[in-house]
Amino acid sequence: MNTLVVLRMVPDVVEELVVDASGKALDSQWLRFILNESDEHALEEALLLKEQLGGVVTAAALDAPEVDDALFTAAAKGADRVMKVARPPDGAGAWAQAAIFARLASLSGYDLILTGVQASDELDGSLAPMLAAQMQWPYAGPVVAVRAEPAAREVIVECEVGGGARSEFRAPLPCVLGIQAAEKPPRYVAVSRLRQVMRTTQIAEVDASAEVPAPWVTVSTLRQPEVSARAEMLEGSLEEIAEQLATILAQRGIL
Amino acid sequence: MSEGSVWVLVERQDQKVSDVAFEVLGLGRGVAQALGEPLTAIVWGRQDRDLVMELSIADEVLFMDHPALHQPTPYTCAQALEPLLRQREPELMLVGLTNVTWGIGPYLAARLQWPYINFCCGLRVEDGQVLATAVLYGGKMEAEVRVPGRPTLVGVMPGALPAAREKRDRAPRVEEISPSLLEGQPMVEFRRVIQPETTDIDITAQEVLVAVGRGIQSQENLPMAEELARLLGGAVAASRPVVDQGWLPLTRQVGRSGAIVKPRLYLALGISGAPEHVEGMRNAQVIVAVNTDPRAPIFNIARYGVVADALDFMSAFAEAVQHRKQLA
Repeated sequence: MNTLVVLRMVPDVVEELVVDASGKALDSQWLRFILNESDEHALEEALLLKEQLGGVVTAAALDAPEVDDALFTAAAKGADRVMKVARPPDGAGAWAQAAIFARLASLSGYDLILTGVQASDELDGSLAPMLAAQMQWPYAGPVVAVRAEPAAREVIVECEVGGGARSEFRAPLPCVLGIQAAEKPPRYVAVSRLRQVMRTTQIAEVDASAEVPAPWVTVSTLRQPEVSARAEMLEGSLEEIAEQLATILAQRGIL
Repeated sequence: MSEGSVWVLVERQDQKVSDVAFEVLGLGRGVAQALGEPLTAIVWGRQDRDLVMELSIADEVLFMDHPALHQPTPYTCAQALEPLLRQREPELMLVGLTNVTWGIGPYLAARLQWPYINFCCGLRVEDGQVLATAVLYGGKMEAEVRVPGRPTLVGVMPGALPAAREKRDRAPRVEEISPSLLEGQPMVEFRRVIQPETTDIDITAQEVLVAVGRGIQSQENLPMAEELARLLGGAVAASRPVVDQGWLPLTRQVGRSGAIVKPRLYLALGISGAPEHVEGMRNAQVIVAVNTDPRAPIFNIARYGVVADALDFMSAFAEAVQHRKQLA
């Protein structure tokens, strides 16, 4: 199995997000970037498949803050090749990323492309299905289990439906899978292993320039959500808050 | 050439119209009315007379009937829709962002080279221009977007809008379409539905849920939540990251992929309130949220909020509950 995993760096939403002076984008000065969570699961699923079946796992990401760390971590976890792909000057929404990674994938004979099923900054699309459409490959998602049958040139995947239920599908190879969660939690990498990999691994820098459509979807205003109601905030020491809440719940007959 | 209509893709669950589809239909009805255009509901699977009456909010119902579409096969549905959309070019096509239909809109947008707007939670029309509001960054930001032209595909967030279940006296026009372009294309084949194991407790039946998120920090802290749940006469539930880490089984997950719960008390500990989670618990009677981030979206739907570390809060609250029980 020759697998490509697409990784994306996204703003860490645990941090405070600040809108820049244009009122249309986040102020990058205050942003901390992290690896998109479902992409981390996509990498884990690819590594699990490699452990079962052998093959080569390539992890690729658009150039972004902190991306080297994410790619070195991918290599330390077991990715055979790591690639940093040049970012287009006009930004990189889902449309642009789909075009770029389709171009990149067309240069090698991949059997499978895995990426996270969603990212919180995808306004103009969703990478996994758009990449499938660009490649003219089948698509399945949100995937939570993959069983590959390379001899039969197919994968059996389980996709979440809702209420804990899953649908099982058979997809022919090559295909694109949007991964929701790997079958095991993403593996941990020891700092010593990461340091060793950083000394010995070369991140390939790639320009996969593709014809990217002009951004159709443009933001006219970015703001914090308008809310019709907000929680009544309980104030005081933790003990006082706990007491207040216990009283409220008792008055409501819950406690 | 655009036919000048607003289309809504209707998802069926167990042969019934999904709740989300009614929400999207309501949104579609409003926009269609503002644009002075008809509303078309497009359904995959066999034609059904009862279903047509359920969808009478629409002016027209299109059934895409093909044996490959009798099961929920989103990729096949997208393949079947592509030639139809290419031929008829509705001005807008709205698709609910459920687990089943999530990928259909973006796939079609890329195939047809049409614009797509993701995470939409509202549409309005001003001077003939359609404007969309989209939820980004896990619910922490909202973007106002001009719908760039027509045709455009729009992915609609579940739970953001009321479900439009009203029926009209007039039955919609019905058309049945047999997609013919499926032959010869690589297919994703439906095999079976796997139901969750039922050996665990049923969180949908609990009156009190102590729900833990990333703020629980590690599996070693779960017993604290279990003890608090026991004191409150409830059970422990979780948001996605806790289940993905393998700390709790999928049967405890609340949200789009897990359970939809409506307990009397939902105590959300260290849960940010991502839209996918909120879908599963927004109808709880009393929501109490505890989070270190005062801007966490969970405070926008909670009745009571506490800015604190979940672990510190649990310890203090368990003591307060215990004390009150001793006095009773």
